[in-house]
Amino acid sequence: MNNTDFYDLIYTVPLSELRERYPVAQDFFENLNIPPLDESQPLPDALMDVDAQWLDEFGITRQEIADQLASFLGTMTESEPARSIGCLTIIGGTDKNGAPEDITLDILPGSVVSIVGPTGSGKSRLLADIECLAQGDTPTARRVLIDGAAVPEDERFTLEGKLVAQLSQNMNFVMDLSVMEFLEMHARSRSIETDETVLRECFECANSLAGESFGSDTKVTQLSGGQSRALMIADCAFISQSPIVLIDEIENAGVDRRAAVAILAKREKIVLISTHDPLLALGADRRIVIKNGGIFRVIETSPREREAAAEFERIDRQLSDARAKLRSGERLE
Amino acid sequence: MKLITVAGPPSSGKTSVILRLAESLGGKLGVVKFDCLTSFDKARYDAANVPVQVGFSGKFCPDHFFVNNVEGGVLWGLRRDLDYLVTESAGLCNRCSPHISGVLSVCVIDCLSGVHTPRKIGPMLKFADVVVVTKGDIVSQAEREVFSWSVKQANGDAKILFVNGITGQGAFMLGKVAESAHTITTLTDTRLRFTTPAAACAYCTGETRIGEGYQMGMMRHIEYDI
Repeated sequence: MNNTDFYDLIYTVPLSELRERYPVAQDFFENLNIPPLDESQPLPDALMDVDAQWLDEFGITRQEIADQLASFLGTMTESEPARSIGCLTIIGGTDKNGAPEDITLDILPGSVVSIVGPTGSGKSRLLADIECLAQGDTPTARRVLIDGAAVPEDERFTLEGKLVAQLSQNMNFVMDLSVMEFLEMHARSRSIETDETVLRECFECANSLAGESFGSDTKVTQLSGGQSRALMIADCAFISQSPIVLIDEIENAGVDRRAAVAILAKREKIVLISTHDPLLALGADRRIVIKNGGIFRVIETSPREREAAAEFERIDRQLSDARAKLRSGERLE
Repeated sequence: MKLITVAGPPSSGKTSVILRLAESLGGKLGVVKFDCLTSFDKARYDAANVPVQVGFSGKFCPDHFFVNNVEGGVLWGLRRDLDYLVTESAGLCNRCSPHISGVLSVCVIDCLSGVHTPRKIGPMLKFADVVVVTKGDIVSQAEREVFSWSVKQANGDAKILFVNGITGQGAFMLGKVAESAHTITTLTDTRLRFTTPAAACAYCTGETRIGEGYQMGMMRHIEYDI
């Protein structure tokens, strides 16, 4: 259905039928704040009863209402198929001094890449380049390709905000909704049929990641830091359609980050984690080392490093066990 | 010179976004700031070496004040040899918008302001070509997506860009849109995208007393029920 089809429909079917077929039309009339209309007629006929003074005061004509409804329905019913990515390629540009990065990096869905480097070294710049699908036109002159090809200019805008989901320690929930209402609202905005099982799965996943469990009727604003992070990660995995997930330094407290990364990878996401934590850095298949604003090198995680990571994990588990025991009033003996 | 009208509620991050835009553009950018009584933005523009003129509407309707002065702003920009002229206004009184046909129009809102805000703020968002969403770095990904959807409901044709006013992330894409703005030499005979309010009553001329006996001119009354 395009706008012209909606236009025809608006002119021919009674308003009641139009609303029944497209419940989202309700939002349009609410936004417009229009007085109640005779639903048994098509919109343009029903509008003939609207007071001319009302139209004048709200600065709109009958024709414009019909036009805007057609365009509204066109936009809101647009199905947004998830943009799947077979391969993300980063082609090096230059660092702060103009030295070439001399690198081509292919990242496939389901793989995890960590980004390491001192604060201010240019990690955020790299994440920003990926987010805007840089085409040699950002300060780093890097190029980012999808499935081996540059993304056309107009598509860069339509993809903006849909390709990349971001997660960071500073993010909070601000909506006054319960966990389940929140997930439903997000699913609705993504035009996903509100599938109970997906929402349930997402909720259970969040709970399995959180140190302390929470109910589906808990308000999202009342969740602890760890629970919030767990819900955000599960939501990225199950509801957000974005094929790339950028994670910026999330802390360990209250959320199982390694399990989180594994879930995202299992959902065929491309996961990039900017981190200072050895466990996360070594948990990735590869790590990008950033120095002086540029990609200094890319290191494949070696078998020895994997062994070291396993040892760190053991220590980490010990620490969290101790934390749990202390919390429940036990002695560490 | 390319002209861009930027509008948005107070404290939504307009000045920060414009400063980030100035950084990401190659050419020289200047700003005309329209405000009502006070403005603290001049110092920020001065500090960044961005030429700025501030106009206060004072006792006049801020919407009418904008229309009466925007053309003078264009002449100022041309005299200053600017590549980009940005008008910044706090969405005037929310009933109106400073957006002009044929001129790139930007609405700045922040996603802390509530998910229904895009549907509430009216013509300055509804008639914008670009909706810039700020403060996205402190809310969840899900809320950013719901917010985008809410913007789309109010204005399905606008480009939606997330810009971080502090780090500048996203300003690059806004710069790309700014480069595509039309070059103008005058605004004479161009049209506003939405009407300004009718206002010619006693209160327009400084009346402060309340009461039926003081109300004169054009006015409108609520029909309260019993």
